[in-house]
Amino acid sequence: MSAPQQRRIIFQHIDEPGYTPDIDCYLRHGGYEILRRAVTRPPGELRDEVKQSGLRGRGGAGFPAGVKWSLVDRKSGKPIYLIVNADESEPGTFKDRYIIHQDPHQLIEGTMISCFANDVKQAYIYIRGEMPHGARLLERAIAEARAKNFVGPNILGTGYSCEIYVHRGAGAYICGEETGLIESLEGKRANPRIKPPYFPAVLGLYQCPTIVNNVETLCHVRHIIDMGGVEYAKIGTPNNTGTRIFGVSGHVQRPGTYEYECGKITLGQLLYDVCGGPLPGRKLKAVIPGGSSAKVLRFGEKFTLKNKDGSTRELAMEDIPLDFDTLAACGTMGGSGGLIVMDDSVNMVEALANINAFYSHESCGQCTPCREGSLWMKKITSRMVHGNARREDAALLKGVADQIPGRTICAMGEGCSWPTQSFLAKFGEEFEAYHETKKNRPADALPLI
Amino acid sequence: MNLKPETLLRIDEAITHYPVKRSATLPLLHLIQEDIGHIPDEAIEWVAAKLELQPINVYEVVTFYPMFKRKPIGRRHIKVCRTLSCALMGGYKVCDTFKKEFGVELDEVTPDGGTTIEFVECLASCGTAPVVMIDDDLHENVTPEKARELAAQIKAGTAVRK
Repeated sequence: MSAPQQRRIIFQHIDEPGYTPDIDCYLRHGGYEILRRAVTRPPGELRDEVKQSGLRGRGGAGFPAGVKWSLVDRKSGKPIYLIVNADESEPGTFKDRYIIHQDPHQLIEGTMISCFANDVKQAYIYIRGEMPHGARLLERAIAEARAKNFVGPNILGTGYSCEIYVHRGAGAYICGEETGLIESLEGKRANPRIKPPYFPAVLGLYQCPTIVNNVETLCHVRHIIDMGGVEYAKIGTPNNTGTRIFGVSGHVQRPGTYEYECGKITLGQLLYDVCGGPLPGRKLKAVIPGGSSAKVLRFGEKFTLKNKDGSTRELAMEDIPLDFDTLAACGTMGGSGGLIVMDDSVNMVEALANINAFYSHESCGQCTPCREGSLWMKKITSRMVHGNARREDAALLKGVADQIPGRTICAMGEGCSWPTQSFLAKFGEEFEAYHETKKNRPADALPLI
Repeated sequence: MNLKPETLLRIDEAITHYPVKRSATLPLLHLIQEDIGHIPDEAIEWVAAKLELQPINVYEVVTFYPMFKRKPIGRRHIKVCRTLSCALMGGYKVCDTFKKEFGVELDEVTPDGGTTIEFVECLASCGTAPVVMIDDDLHENVTPEKARELAAQIKAGTAVRK
């Protein structure tokens, strides 16, 4: 079965020859027409459209955006803030970069519609520090939109005013976690806040109700308001509506970004038919399906899933439809849509050592299990790779990883332990044998750590 | 610490973006580092005074975020991505190539004060791995050969700053 056609909604103009990030080009392509229509409607109606659309957050957790908006405390009398999470920093994720660099006005239009729908007067785009050009492009785009009265005071003569500012991060992964991001935007270390009581919808930025949405999520809002929530919900599959942008990296012939209806393409179709399969002479071995903290899948693996009527069905790894729910049922997650592919040249101990070095570097250090656990997982895997592997290392690693999840303030505790837990569960033999394997690894093997 | 008049203007403008001054900490540190290259003690005290904070409030921020440098680095800053997708496509070899070309270890400054190489975590361009940032510019699909070319351009002072 060959792969279905891409359905490019968010990426409609990405990589299109002659499409430029300036407002004139955007306006020629119907830009800001949807905002123009949106501001004539009651905000509550727009929020209902988003709820009906079933849109789930595209940043990682897949939480329904309409529900997130409905949790906002609208009676506190305090201002409501909206923060665009453009701190794309989960390894394997690179979709938002293209939106920001090639179609910044799409994001600004989606953001302004979302602000109007939620009575937000001040929005911030928190963009990762490593995207200086992206930050400048967004600043220019906001200035252009302000000059045309799409941003700023009295938008399109409606009496509604809203400002957007770009705020640059400075290289810390944890700022992608929404309460860490809020701390960072307040000018502090990005230590995530404890929930309860600090749910952003109630006690967010400056202790005011705050919405934090991913770049892609806010772009979807623009299209939901355009076509209507009910119509949008027909795209994709039930409970996994709309399109998703998959970013494929690693060992395939054609890495890149691809936009498909959620759940309408399988893992095998994406990696073999769309991305061209493995490099010549290699075989695919493993894939991390949703950013590097998602649990790894092994090629050849089979899953037994429950049907609604209580019966079960068997699903091969290649046949997993790429949606939130099936990936979760298979013990992993759709996460940020970033797939990292590894072929049979990769030794899994070495790959895990690379991942562990990342999480150990990025722990904010607030909670002991994450700070110490990520550090020890890094130390153990790194020591193994550098010639001091021991027979008992697999058990030792498992012992450390199992003590982290559920014992930390934010999900980074889970995020840093899932790679170790899943690599051990799926490729345990490579860890058991690494003290032997290491001796036979070719000297010119590609270093991963 | 002598900040350019233009930096001072941009600093005053940045502060107006927030209802609470402390929020301007990161923007101010970015502006200062862009101007003078790093964040000395003096800058920490200056930002604290400017934002009506204690120096410790600024110091703890500077030390938390990897992009802020406490000591001068080279005029040209090479950041090679270390994380998984880049490593799978040869990121470590690219990093080694740069180190050899400039004869320095990571985070050092070449003797002429020209260049610093840093091995950083994910640069969010995994689909075109391995990637390298030179100053503000991203270079994609960087092979060791391409790294040698980029190094030669930097040494010749011809690497284009966009």
